[in-house]
Amino acid sequence: MSATEIAFNLFVGHLYVFILAAFLGLSIITRVSPMLHTPLMSLTNAISAISVVAAIEIAGKQETRLATILGTIAVAMAFCNVVGGFMITDRMLKMFKKREPAAAKK
Amino acid sequence: MNILLTFAQAVTTAPGGSGIEPQKVFAVATYILAAACFILSLRWLSAPATARRGNIIGEIGMAAAIIGALLQHEIMGYQWIVIGLIIGAAAGIPLAVFMPMTAVPQRTAFSHACGALAAALVGAAHYSIAMSGNGHDITNTEMGILCVEVLLGSLTFTGSLMAFGKLQELLPQRPVTFKGQNYFNFLVLGAALACGVVLTINPHLTYLFPVLLALAAIFGVLLIIPIGGADMPTVIALLNSYAGLSASLMGFVLHNNLLIIAGALDGASGFVLSIIMCKAMNRSFTNVLFGAFGQLQASKGGVQEKKSVRSGTPEEAAQIMEAATSVIVIPGYGMAVAQAQHKVREMFDQLTKRGVDVKFAIHPVAGRMPGHMNVLLAEAEIPYDKLIEMDDINGEFPQCDVALVIGANDVVNPAARHDKSSPIFGMPILDADKAKTVMAIKRSMNPGFAGIENELYFADNCMMLFGDAKVVVGGIAKELAESGD
Repeated sequence: MSATEIAFNLFVGHLYVFILAAFLGLSIITRVSPMLHTPLMSLTNAISAISVVAAIEIAGKQETRLATILGTIAVAMAFCNVVGGFMITDRMLKMFKKREPAAAKK
Repeated sequence: MNILLTFAQAVTTAPGGSGIEPQKVFAVATYILAAACFILSLRWLSAPATARRGNIIGEIGMAAAIIGALLQHEIMGYQWIVIGLIIGAAAGIPLAVFMPMTAVPQRTAFSHACGALAAALVGAAHYSIAMSGNGHDITNTEMGILCVEVLLGSLTFTGSLMAFGKLQELLPQRPVTFKGQNYFNFLVLGAALACGVVLTINPHLTYLFPVLLALAAIFGVLLIIPIGGADMPTVIALLNSYAGLSASLMGFVLHNNLLIIAGALDGASGFVLSIIMCKAMNRSFTNVLFGAFGQLQASKGGVQEKKSVRSGTPEEAAQIMEAATSVIVIPGYGMAVAQAQHKVREMFDQLTKRGVDVKFAIHPVAGRMPGHMNVLLAEAEIPYDKLIEMDDINGEFPQCDVALVIGANDVVNPAARHDKSSPIFGMPILDADKAKTVMAIKRSMNPGFAGIENELYFADNCMMLFGDAKVVVGGIAKELAESGD
């Protein structure tokens, strides 16, 4: 098989994964309560920051100078989302309480 | 550790000697684990009771994948990685910890910018490596996808920065428009796409790559500047989708299924949210992106209508609410701007103490991003079962004694029901006007971002409470506290 054929087959495989994941995503997301749409956004941001993994590989391989610099910036950007995203989602989710307002207890 | 390595090596080495190094297998195993964790994470976000668990499992998946990536054999040195991680943490942690909840829309826009930039840069780095020789090259298929990825990443980066600027009020919130704008924008996009096509056919025209990035970045700016502040919820959701999509495309280029899955989940999420937002405003995508909605009304702004409104004081408002059996509060962007949510909580407590039933009606596009009002009220520790979505609470307005509108405007404008000439015609609204008494807190009679007058304020059963939301609601809470005891 030529390189192009291999690339094409790989592409088709990735497309299947993408389609499945997209449909799965649609069905999961529509089940999220509208009340939680803001933490949903921050959580999905954090999840898509998995691109840090690709950036780590590039910044680590150090193949070309340009790639290493770009990779390092990418690591910083993505990791900012990883850390910030999960932390702020947690901060928001902690706030959603069902308990009775304090005044009513007195 | 050594025993594990030897075992792993034995398992992955085919007879004949060559095999897959165990770190690679370990990395892939963590990626698969991460994918499963992410899916579970979003699944558990469906209800507040399980939501925190969802966040935690997402963190676990992410940590596993990062460790897997760090242990890989191809990594020559860790210094750059560590620098990147430290900078990232130094930026991300303060943003998450110190940012006030009212700034969540801005922070979200900023994080879209970071995510999109990361995707674009990784794509650019990959291209740089492919063009450097040493046995690397890139096929046309991969190049095509790479071009789409960096185009999307680049435009989402600048577009999100524009959105951030508008939300943070660093940029004018009014739509910025000029003649022939849509044509010009499409020309820029067309030029960017043309670069991409040329590069796909011949990946070695390296000078075109930065041109592609620059054109895409310009398009990102142009796309967002004509969109008004009130349309931001849809825009943020859309940018969320694009950022996820570019991460997913990165997975296509780098042959990493985890990226494809995570990006698809993020993209689907943004897509669903932007559709919900558009439906809630009764406008199509194209209308929001290219309609330069607010521009219609800018010319009418100067005319002063001489209709009268009834205005009242917080004391009067407190008296009316005290005597009520049921109150529905309608929060809007004005409450967020005034940071009034804690005063609202005080008022809520006072009313509840007197046996008044208080509920909150949340319109999907209230605020500047989906779920904005919920988060603010939750921060003020209002129990979340009091926060009710528009469709569920609209039926209750005719029976309710008082509808209190705090800094919300278009979402309660009855013109949406019957005025065909109104820009908001057809938009689902909260039926505040059907309550027995309506009280609206506003700073002044200036029209909101949509630039339209709100019929509600001139209705017979409506009383205006002019002033800053925090001050007015604080005044009401104080009156209630002093009069009752």
